[in-house]
Amino acid sequence: MKMYGWGRYPVIDAEVISPSSEKALERLSLFQDNGSVTPRGLGRSYGDSSLGKHLVSSQRLNHMLSFDDESGVLHCQAGVSLSDILEVFVPKGWFLPVTPGTKHVTVGGAIASDVHGKNHHVDGCFGDHVMFLDIVTGNGKTVRCSPEEHPELFHATCGGMGLTGIIRSAAFRLKPIQSAFIDQITYKASNLDESLEQFERHADQPYSVAWIDCISRGNALGRSLLMTGRHARHGELSVHTSSGINIPVDMPSMLLNPFSIKAFNTVYYHKVRHQEVHSTVHYEPFFYPLDSIGNWNRMYGKEGFTQYQFVVPKAAGKQAMTSILKQIVESRKGSFLAVLKAFGQGNDNYLSFPEEGYTLALDFKIEQDLFSLLDTLDAMVLDYGGRIYLTKDARMSGTTFRKSYPKWEIFQKVREDFGTLHRFSSLQSQRLELDE
Amino acid sequence: MKNILILGATSAIAEAVARKMADRGDRFYLLARNKERLDTIASDLAIRGAKEVKVSTFDANDTASHQACLETAYSWLETIDVALVAHGTLGDQKESETDADYALQELQTNAISTISLLTHLANIMETQGKGTLAVISSVAGDRGRPSNYVYGTAKAAVSTFCEGLQARLYKKSIHVLTIKPGMVETPMTDGMDLPAVLLAKPEQVATDILNAIEKKKDLLYTPWYWKYVMMGIIHTPIKLFKKLNL
Repeated sequence: MKMYGWGRYPVIDAEVISPSSEKALERLSLFQDNGSVTPRGLGRSYGDSSLGKHLVSSQRLNHMLSFDDESGVLHCQAGVSLSDILEVFVPKGWFLPVTPGTKHVTVGGAIASDVHGKNHHVDGCFGDHVMFLDIVTGNGKTVRCSPEEHPELFHATCGGMGLTGIIRSAAFRLKPIQSAFIDQITYKASNLDESLEQFERHADQPYSVAWIDCISRGNALGRSLLMTGRHARHGELSVHTSSGINIPVDMPSMLLNPFSIKAFNTVYYHKVRHQEVHSTVHYEPFFYPLDSIGNWNRMYGKEGFTQYQFVVPKAAGKQAMTSILKQIVESRKGSFLAVLKAFGQGNDNYLSFPEEGYTLALDFKIEQDLFSLLDTLDAMVLDYGGRIYLTKDARMSGTTFRKSYPKWEIFQKVREDFGTLHRFSSLQSQRLELDE
Repeated sequence: MKNILILGATSAIAEAVARKMADRGDRFYLLARNKERLDTIASDLAIRGAKEVKVSTFDANDTASHQACLETAYSWLETIDVALVAHGTLGDQKESETDADYALQELQTNAISTISLLTHLANIMETQGKGTLAVISSVAGDRGRPSNYVYGTAKAAVSTFCEGLQARLYKKSIHVLTIKPGMVETPMTDGMDLPAVLLAKPEQVATDILNAIEKKKDLLYTPWYWKYVMMGIIHTPIKLFKKLNL
């Protein structure tokens, strides 16, 4: 079967096994023979982290096991999607503690990527809200781990890209809400300096993210719209509806050229006419604007695309962002979607991506001369002491990885201790030389 | 709130139907072979909004146990608003061609057991004077095809049986729905090399089934286009049909 990540690059032939129960997962023959497998959820990581010759899909491990309506702790199987959780719990007045920009990810995937959201600066990553998780390790045995119990396995698994075993189930705390709506404020910033200042100024807002223009140069370099939000106190506890628009086929990639992107950027930016716009919006458009276009990844044509997301430490902040952004603008390859966010402090998970500073994410359609540009960007990011998000990555080198994720050796030690090295791997782990 | 009985409750389609019913707060009695999976499904349905869920294990092929098993379910539910019959196996056609016992076993699981269960259920429904019997048959029963004619034979028996039952129970205001799914992405079709566009999601099929129950339809092809696909297959002349490898 042809398989790929959300970026539709790379594409490989793979066999997929979908165990129907947790027992069936433990009994998989892989634990008897010497093969290695790749865990996969909804395949929303962009690059090659959920790709391998033998995939174990969590799609049928999608049951909720228990819920405590006093504390809000939900224990569910790893294949339950965030969308599913919202559908069941928003009407009861609960919301996800942390959500990435799509709700179509599984709980297992959210843990393996230690995903972050617009509230990272106050609430940290998804893993920071996990009470415990049950994971099937190298010998087919299940180990329960938490910050207190087998903490080293826990910290390796949160953000561990599926390389420490297959998560069966996890328990985490939902947060109470009074409304499904968000009080949103949009601020306009006319250049990068202003954009970064805005984040400082509005750090008390629980949710914040900026859409940043990657095309404009000179004085307008880094102009942005910052969107902040907090859960509204009034409004119905209504659930999102499924998306109306779908892109059923690959679009010709010619549609995305510097001119069309520039037009899009200009229209988007000038749509907001005032310095500050207040509105109340449903959680769906606030958190998941792109979920409303089914298969938007097909916009980039059949060669696919990659999303480049890096973080640079706060100290390097303005200077780093200015020079990297300039490089991107000059390449004229930038996508219309570039997202800027100020992260709060990082956590103890060995391969977790966020650290205190600024992160920028943007799409590049795959073309021949793209990779040399990305290598140049890698070098700049490393120079400023930053790193690249593994969940988006499809091409970084092992050297870049080791330089920017200094805890990789501890991570490998945990994999060895729990017998998961050589049993759980991915195209990404091979590329990053983590299977040696 | 409706009282729902599901036979073969761990089947992917049955579970998808149950989740949608749980959303509206129904009460469930679930029967299947595997206790571990039944318990998991029960906790899931309860969290999703089911009013109450009771599970019990049963072996569809133990026809002697059917009556007692269904009566227990009936007395717990008090009323059976909908009974969904969903158990079944898609056996190995090749094996059925060389092993007659295996072929008979397939008929036992997919036809004989269903006929036994439906006979008992029909009588329970007659006693209560209302209810819906929703039975999962298959498009495979519409015509014998070399790739799965043993399974197809069993489903043809189920479809024909349901047709008769429908006419008998119609006069007692009991609704019988024959469901003919096409290819659905379930453990049954895992590993089969099927074109992705023709493979429906269980959730999609479940929505169709719920609508058909609401609208008291007699026959449901799901997804809808299978009605036309099967029309074509049924009307292909035998002389041509036998040369095809469908």
